[in-house]
Formats: sequence, C-alpha cells, structure tokens
Amino acid sequence: MSKAILYDATLCIGCKQCEQACAENNHLPYDDKIAEEQVQSEHKFTVLLTKNDKFMRRLCMNCEEPACASVCPVGALQKTPLGPVAYDAHKCMGCRYCMAACPFSVPKYEWNNALAPKVRKCTMCSDRVAAGKQTACADICPTGATKFGDREELLEEAKKRMRENPSNYVNHVFGETEVGGTSVLLLSSVPFDIFGYRTDLVHDPLPLYTYRVLSRIPDFVPLGGVLLGGIWWITHRREEVAEKEGKNNGGAR
Amino acid sequence: MKFKLTFWKVVFFVIMAVGAYGTFVRFVYGLGASTNLSDQFPWGIWIGFDVLCGVMLAAGGFTLTAAVHIFNIKKLEPIVRPTVLTAFMGYLLVSVALIYDLGRPYNIWHPLVMRNPHSVMFEVAMCVMLYTMVLSLEFSPIVLERFKMEKALRIVRGALIPLVILGVLLSTLHQSSLGTMYLIMPNKLHPFWYSPLLPAFFFISAIAVGLAMTIFESSLSSKYFHKQLELPILQTLGRVLVVVMAVYIILRFEDLLHRGMLWQIIHPGTHAYERNLFLLEIALLAAGFVMLCFRRVRNTPGGLYLSAVLVLLGFVTNRLNVSITGMEAQAGVRYIPKWTEIGVTAAFVAAGFAIFGTAAKYLPIFEDEHGHSTPDPIKNEVEAEAVAIHAGH
Repeated sequence: MSKAILYDATLCIGCKQCEQACAENNHLPYDDKIAEEQVQSEHKFTVLLTKNDKFMRRLCMNCEEPACASVCPVGALQKTPLGPVAYDAHKCMGCRYCMAACPFSVPKYEWNNALAPKVRKCTMCSDRVAAGKQTACADICPTGATKFGDREELLEEAKKRMRENPSNYVNHVFGETEVGGTSVLLLSSVPFDIFGYRTDLVHDPLPLYTYRVLSRIPDFVPLGGVLLGGIWWITHRREEVAEKEGKNNGGAR
Repeated sequence: MKFKLTFWKVVFFVIMAVGAYGTFVRFVYGLGASTNLSDQFPWGIWIGFDVLCGVMLAAGGFTLTAAVHIFNIKKLEPIVRPTVLTAFMGYLLVSVALIYDLGRPYNIWHPLVMRNPHSVMFEVAMCVMLYTMVLSLEFSPIVLERFKMEKALRIVRGALIPLVILGVLLSTLHQSSLGTMYLIMPNKLHPFWYSPLLPAFFFISAIAVGLAMTIFESSLSSKYFHKQLELPILQTLGRVLVVVMAVYIILRFEDLLHRGMLWQIIHPGTHAYERNLFLLEIALLAAGFVMLCFRRVRNTPGGLYLSAVLVLLGFVTNRLNVSITGMEAQAGVRYIPKWTEIGVTAAFVAAGFAIFGTAAKYLPIFEDEHGHSTPDPIKNEVEAEAVAIHAGH
C-alpha cells in the first residue's frame, strides 16, 4: 500500500523541527538564517510558512502520477511503489523539463554548479521509507501535525477530523484529487491560496495530457509511411503512363 | 585568395567573440552565471529560440523533399539541395546549442539507453537524432559528387525514396511534439497559447516556416552569390504558403473562439503584457498572410521576400511567446535573457549564415540554368562569376 504524509496545520506550532530534520537527513546546511528563508530552494526542501499566526508546510507533493517522472526522458525521476518520487542524479542529463512541468514548481536546481548540477527536491525520504521507517519530518514532529502512514488511512483520518470539527477547517483536503491526487495531504483552517497553493489545478493526472497524443505514435508511423508511399506511387505512376504513351509531358526535364 | 575585411565580416567576428566569452562563462561558471534562468524560470532563450525556433527554421528540409520526391513537383527540384543543407546545418546547430543548455551535457546520450516512452522529450530526442542521420544521408550526394564516389552515390540514390518518407515521418512527429511538450502544463502556460491543438499548430507552422525559410534563403543567396533568382519556383512556394497560412490562421481563430479567449484578448485590462505580445505575433502573421494574398505583391521578388520575412518573424514570436511570454505569469518573474545568453544565441545564428555561405561556395549546391548539377564543382567559383556576369546583362 502506498505511503503518504498528512499535514494538519491546525495542530502545528511552527517549531520548524521538520525543516531541521529534513536538512539533516538530506545532508543540507541548516542554521538560523536558513530557518528564516520562506522559499524552497536547492538547500531547503521543506519550508514552514508563517502568515498571520497561521502555519503551512511546503514540500514536494510526491504526486500519485507525477508530471516530473512522466516528462523525464531518461527516467531519472521515478514514482516508487511505496509513494516517494525519487531522483537518480547519475541518469539526469539536466534538461529541466521536470522543473517546467511540475504543477507545484517544486524541483529546484543547482544553478551555480558548472558541470554536474543536480535537481534538488524533497523525495519523501525515499531511503528511510524503503527501510520501513517514516519520513524524518513526521518522525520528529512533536505535535503530530505531520503524520506518516498509508494514504487511504490518512485520507480517512483527514475527513474524520473535518467531520468532527468542521469549524476548524476549510472543507477541502488539498492533495486528495489535485492533479490526480498526491502523496502529501494538507489540512488547513484558512484557504490554501494564502500560502501560494494553487486552487485552480486540474484534477486529471497531468501525464494523461501528453500520453493522449504520444500513444497514437505507434499507429501513426505505419499509416503515415504507407500513405506517403502511396502518394509517391500515384504521382510517379502518372509519369510512367505518360512516357509509355509517348506523350511529352513538358515537366519531365 | 585575398582576405577582405568587409563590414559583415567585422560583425561576424564581434558576435563570435561575444559567443566565445559566453561559452567560457557557461562551462566554467555554470548556467547560473551565464543565464538569467532561475528556479521559477528554468527554460530561457536557449530552449525557446535555439531549440524551438531552430528546429522550426530547419523544417524546409522535410517540406521540400516531400514536395519534390513524394508529390513529384519537379519544378521545385533546383532548390532542394540548398534547403536540405539548411536543414542539416540547422539540426547540427540545435544539437550543439542543446549542449549549452543541458546541465549535464555529457549525459546527452542517455535517452538511447534509459528510455522513458511516456516522455515527449524522449520522443523528440530520438526523432531529432534519427532525423539528423536521415538528413546527413540526404545531404551526402552533394559531398559524394564533389569527391566522385560513384558507388556510394548509387547506393544513396537507390535508398532515396524510403529515406525521404522516413524523414517526413520523423519530422511530423518531432515538429508536432515540440508543441506536445507544453500540453503537460495546463496550469502553467497562459491560456492565450495553451491549447489541446498545440501539436497541430506546431506542425502546420513548421510547414509554413519551411516554405518561408526557403524563400528567404533563396532570395538571400541569389543576392549574395549573384545567382539568378529562380522566381517562378519561389512564386510556387509563395502560393503554397498562402494556403498553409490560411489553414493555420483559421485553425488558430477557431481554437481561440471555442476556448472563449477572443473576448479576453480584445478586452483591455488584465493580461496587458501577454495581450501585447500576442497581438504582435498575430499582427506579424496576418501582415505576411495578407501580403501573400495579393498576386502583385507575391509575384515580385521584393514583395515575396518581405512577406516571407514577416511570416518567419511571426512564427519566431509565436515560439518565444509559448516558451517565454506565456510562462512568466505563473512563474511570478519576468525573464529577460542575460547578454551572455543572447551572445551565444547570436553566435549560433551567425555560424549558420557562415556555414551556409561556405558550403554554398565549395559544394555543388546550386544547379545551373539547365537544371543539371554543376558538372565540375571545382570550377564552381569560376562559373558563379560567369553566371553573375551573365545575370548582369
């Protein structure tokens, strides 16, 4: 069963221990200055946003059907069966189509690395999850605001919390259906767009948009080849006939 | 041969020097130092112009080979060679330009072994690679003739029709796929340009640009190499171009109509930046199209040349709008290319002109007035002069 993260902003106290644990697990620097940064970057994979005493996390949504993995020409990004979207820098050729395609603009780049830049993003601790552990951020969270578990169960729990305390939440689990569903589910007491989450996202998996076209190629090739061959045959047959009939068709020079 | 320093040669060397400096900054200090790209805006003019426009401008190769060898329009045969040369050179330049933009260019071969058939980029990579090979074979008779390699020449000529068909198929696929690449960004690309018909738009415009580029380069080389302008041929291309443009414009209009975009474009207010650049694109395309519609304009060398240039500028604007203008609003940043980015791109354009000029001078590309290849290419220069004198009468 696929794993997921449930973040409930109403339980969050803004301690930023998730940020620190994330940095440690990914061998990234972390200090007071980095703690202040409010944007995801090559050295900060998860951010705890603060707006008017309300909190919200940003991290890779680890989509159920990720656009980034679908567009990667070499399969450097992969959706693992357990849920995380993992990245293999050795395969990557640095085309950055993943960055262009991500509906959440999550993947970041090592722009100042001249010859071996990597795409950087939260991978839902794919190494830890593969080893049967929970993500570093969920592991450290002192209030249970960030919870790790099976996606189905977490979704149930999110809905239960909303049912039991409807006044505490906006009536939406962000990530349930966005771009076909994500492995990170968010609950909030204030609208998500305050924190820069787009509320106008499509609800179909994005890879469908390109696959609808790409999947026709295997049929197109033989059909197009025969069509072109046929046109060639017809246009040149006329000429043969004309020649046999001894006509001078003018254009034959 | 004496080396004369002309104005254009000075311009060329200045551009190349800037390009060389840009190359140095790119490969020593990285993409961050050499471009204005950012996490919000990962693709700039090295993708938007060098790749998207580069591939589009090289579309004459498949358009003309299909017209002559498949549709048997013999009249167009004399311009197939220069067009195939432009296409071959275009694809080589695109491949080199890609090395600048890729973060890990030494992994450029990875799509060959690490295939992801769900990726449009994978499909484009394979098609471009295979098509460049096809073009090199279509181009090879020019070189084989020059060195009189009769046996190899016979083999290539025997395989010509299958090669042309393969080239047309591969081109159809990757020209349209450059549009398909943006289909996965319904929430990112501005609705003026995001359309399910993007693959069709990219394909039809590639045909139009293939024709316009052939008119453009034939006009230029007739001026520069003092070749007699094959006006009746170019007029035929102009007539086909009118039809292709009409199809494109109607399809584009219908698409905007059905997606409810027409009112948004006319309506002043929000989207001012996108609207202005959209209108620029449409104005250039419409101006080119309207000029071509008048026979008196289309049939003069100057009118034909100018309308071809307008069509080219219109579609270049279109590609830049899709890849840059249309992506800025969602990114929340304005992207203006750094001077090193512009320098490298300009160097590729200049290199294109220089390679075409050199090849046209030393290889039997232009056929003489009787429709045969120049018999002894070594005498090409002498003959070119003779033709020039002849044309001067």
